[in-house]
Amino acid sequence: MNNHHDASKIERYTANDRSYHWATAMTFILLAISGLAMFHPSLFWLSNLLGGGQWTRILHPFIGLLMFGLFAVLVFRFWHHNVMEPVDHQWMKQMPDVIHNREENLPHIGRYNAGQKILFFVLIFCMAGLLLSGVVIWRAYFSWVFPIGLIRFSALLHAFCAFVLMTSIIVHIYAAIWVKGSIGAMMRGSVSLGWARKHHRLWFDEVVKASEEKH
Amino acid sequence: MPLQSLDIKRMSATTVQPPSVREPITGTVAKLIDTTKCIGCKACQTACMEWNDLRDEVGENHGTYDNPTDMTENSWTVMRFSEYENPNGDLEWLIRKDGCMHCEDPGCLKACPAPGAIVQYTNGIVDFQEENCIGCGYCVSGCPFDVPRISKKDSRAYKCTMCSDRVAVGQEPACVKTCPTGAIVFGTKEDMKQHAEERITDLKSRGFENAGLYDPLGVGGTHVMYVLHHADNPSLYHGLPNKPRISPMVGIWKGLSKPLAVASMAAAAVIGFFHYTRIGPNEVTEKDEQEAAEAAKAAKAATAATSSPSEEAHHE
Repeated sequence: MNNHHDASKIERYTANDRSYHWATAMTFILLAISGLAMFHPSLFWLSNLLGGGQWTRILHPFIGLLMFGLFAVLVFRFWHHNVMEPVDHQWMKQMPDVIHNREENLPHIGRYNAGQKILFFVLIFCMAGLLLSGVVIWRAYFSWVFPIGLIRFSALLHAFCAFVLMTSIIVHIYAAIWVKGSIGAMMRGSVSLGWARKHHRLWFDEVVKASEEKH
Repeated sequence: MPLQSLDIKRMSATTVQPPSVREPITGTVAKLIDTTKCIGCKACQTACMEWNDLRDEVGENHGTYDNPTDMTENSWTVMRFSEYENPNGDLEWLIRKDGCMHCEDPGCLKACPAPGAIVQYTNGIVDFQEENCIGCGYCVSGCPFDVPRISKKDSRAYKCTMCSDRVAVGQEPACVKTCPTGAIVFGTKEDMKQHAEERITDLKSRGFENAGLYDPLGVGGTHVMYVLHHADNPSLYHGLPNKPRISPMVGIWKGLSKPLAVASMAAAAVIGFFHYTRIGPNEVTEKDEQEAAEAAKAAKAATAATSSPSEEAHHE
């Protein structure tokens, strides 16, 4: 990792962290595009990505299972960083400071801020909802098992969870573009000392302390 | 579509008006099924098989005359036999020819995500265009009458076409042509309602005071209508829905939620863009880096001081 060679860098994501993240992201993109194709008529042309309407209908649920599996690994790897703490409530209260880049006014936070933690839990809720409702509306294999009322409810739930998920991911992607250095963190695994200290002071202190104690 | 049609009122997953310049001057068509005249001979089922070249698997007897026991992709119409003991203690054998009702407001068409897979002609017939079908089964969720069936062979949805191919060339549907008792008749919807009225008057004079027409308003009326002896309780006829309507869940899913969700997601992206142009990115400055480097150095010194007190921390 870079940080062993370069004292100005801190490792934020291991190679495995990054691989699971990007594999999940790839499946998400395929699912969002094929799902939107089946959601709104004006977006049906997106079904061409997977090779037409029938292929979209065939592949979408299988890719969905894959995404759920990959995401479950991410949850397992990151959940202990995402426990809400008292400081997170203060951070949320100062949303105007967050939005206007007045980071010096914000309380010092650990590895993730409250927004990131909320995203984490929203994603878990959406992924679980999508998996359960998706199985119910999977016509080729499972729909005959379930009563029609449940199938109708699941179709609506699936659309709702997908909407919340996609909107959250739009925010997630924008946040990565907004806070410079974030994309590098997930692409290459490391952040600069300045980035870590500016955005995640407590995590920076922890890492610096831990790395010195190792020597 | 096998034939170009200028007579399309509505098309699935299509937000613009399909070609619909020609309007039938005589109004829409309807098939009237008079359950009081039906003898359950299943000639209509056979005619349907023959005209549409469908052959279902030979099944097993399940103790009723229903054969096959349910509609399938190969059986677009099935006679339903219900035994009903009326309040006088007499047995009534209620026989209903089940199949697509050709709703004026079709739930299948509303739910379908594939453009042009379901069309409604200006004459009122609701037709599946299987070459556009993607096999998702949303039509099954949309239908209040449990009619569409997805073929396991080709993953496409099938149902009664009301012989749209015959009707297009001025013929009646095959089931109508074959019915030996005249229990199934076909014509303009207005004519069929008038005919039904005569039948209902007759039935009432014979003691069926609840006789009536089944043309449920919850789905905007249907282009397949029933004359029932017990129009006050249609569910006696093998669960014919008393008040059919498109499920509110399908209504929300395929109604308001579609434009609202797409607009919200687009708005989220646009808001992001304007945030970037108005407030700008959150960047780490040179000063931040310097301070961080110093802090790291200080931490190192502090650690060194605690591990070996003789070494002094060096401050710049």
